[in-house]
Amino acid sequence: MGGLIKSSVAKKFAMALSGLFLVLFLGQHFTINFSSVISPDTFNEWSHFMGTNILVQAVLQPVLIFGVVFHFVMGIVLEIHNRKARAINYVSYKGNRNSSWMSRNMIYSGLVVLAFLGLHFYDFWVPELVHKYIEGHPEDAGRYYGELVEKFQDPIRVILYVVSFIFLMLHLLHGFSSSFQSVGWNNKYAKGLRGFTVAYAIIIPLGFIFIALYHYINNL
Amino acid sequence: MKLTLKIWRQENANDKGKMVTYPIDGIEGDMSFLEMLDVLNEELINKGEDPVEFDHDCREGICGACSLQINGEPHGPDRLVTTCQLHMRSFNDGDTIVIEPFRAKAFPVVKDLIVDRGAFDRIQQAGGYVSVNTSGNTIDANSIPVNKHDADESFNAATCIGCGACVAACKNASAMLFTSAKVSQYALLPQGKIEATERVQNMVRQMDLEGFGNCSNTGACEIECPKGISLENIARMNREYMSATSKG
Repeated sequence: MGGLIKSSVAKKFAMALSGLFLVLFLGQHFTINFSSVISPDTFNEWSHFMGTNILVQAVLQPVLIFGVVFHFVMGIVLEIHNRKARAINYVSYKGNRNSSWMSRNMIYSGLVVLAFLGLHFYDFWVPELVHKYIEGHPEDAGRYYGELVEKFQDPIRVILYVVSFIFLMLHLLHGFSSSFQSVGWNNKYAKGLRGFTVAYAIIIPLGFIFIALYHYINNL
Repeated sequence: MKLTLKIWRQENANDKGKMVTYPIDGIEGDMSFLEMLDVLNEELINKGEDPVEFDHDCREGICGACSLQINGEPHGPDRLVTTCQLHMRSFNDGDTIVIEPFRAKAFPVVKDLIVDRGAFDRIQQAGGYVSVNTSGNTIDANSIPVNKHDADESFNAATCIGCGACVAACKNASAMLFTSAKVSQYALLPQGKIEATERVQNMVRQMDLEGFGNCSNTGACEIECPKGISLENIARMNREYMSATSKG
């Protein structure tokens, strides 16, 4: 077991699984957020469910937090190890001749997304915890849409969200398809899957950008 | 053709090393890259200076001895060729060419452009073999039917010459492409099934012990590999490893 934990293959396998889990969560998060554009009532209803359902709160939320923390801690651990593997850098290194910018800079796009998560938690998760557990307000199923719209009235925050989602797109453009390679799925069928991963990596962040801009412009 | 060469010179493993500039003239487009270095070395020897040390052997792209990071790429700008197959017509008159050794903690510099790629030998020794009956009753390998697709895939993996370009190209100095090719060439054949579980575990363990980096799936190794070894081998190794680990 000790050998497995130290193994480079197992670490990448775990990194890929946590990434796939987060990609799945992202899709679910996007679906709920996008409902705010179509129907405020639906958004309130779904958010109320997510905020009060015992399974979501007691099981899925801790799993999600573990997944996020594991993914970025493991990402940093792997990056440190990788840098040590080449003690002396090349004078001339043309990475752009053989690989994409996204694939070579996952640590930077990942760190931007991590910084964004800090802002996102400060904006939504921390106030939610304060509202429910510290101030102890009774549950109001109709408050979620108003809270969402209020956050997107600040143009600086909207810009920060848009920039972050662009980096999320860059991260997903390599990370999503790469995770299938890490778990050992690279065959003739995986090539079709790659098209789906690219589409997902572009559409979901663009969708989040659309939601932020929609609420900002809609309330000018 | 008149060129400016910037070459890494390092007296020995403990020397700090530095880039040294050498102007060179009279280079023909039909010369191989190593012949160009031969010309430079003749000039250096005639002047009483130390020639530039570099690895080479067969000079026909099959032994894996030649290496060299040329203008930021292992084996230079051309695809599917080793340094010995690279010709000077790939460069232009007046070019500056930067020549460095393959860089990796697991490939320490011995002298100038020569690195110790013994780490690859140790990975191979850890599991890159099959046991055969040598009692006199050895079964002819051709008597065991092998699926054509598997035979082709195995052969493709076996074309890896172990030059180390994959490590040199990878931003993490990862040896996953080499190790996976060596795992795959046996994993796909019936003769390799017997030791499959131990093989992949032992080879991955040795690869990690040597200090290579992790695979980020950038694909640089596949692009720069002179034999075109596919990333599918890495996926296969990952499957083999996790499957072997689950068996204990």
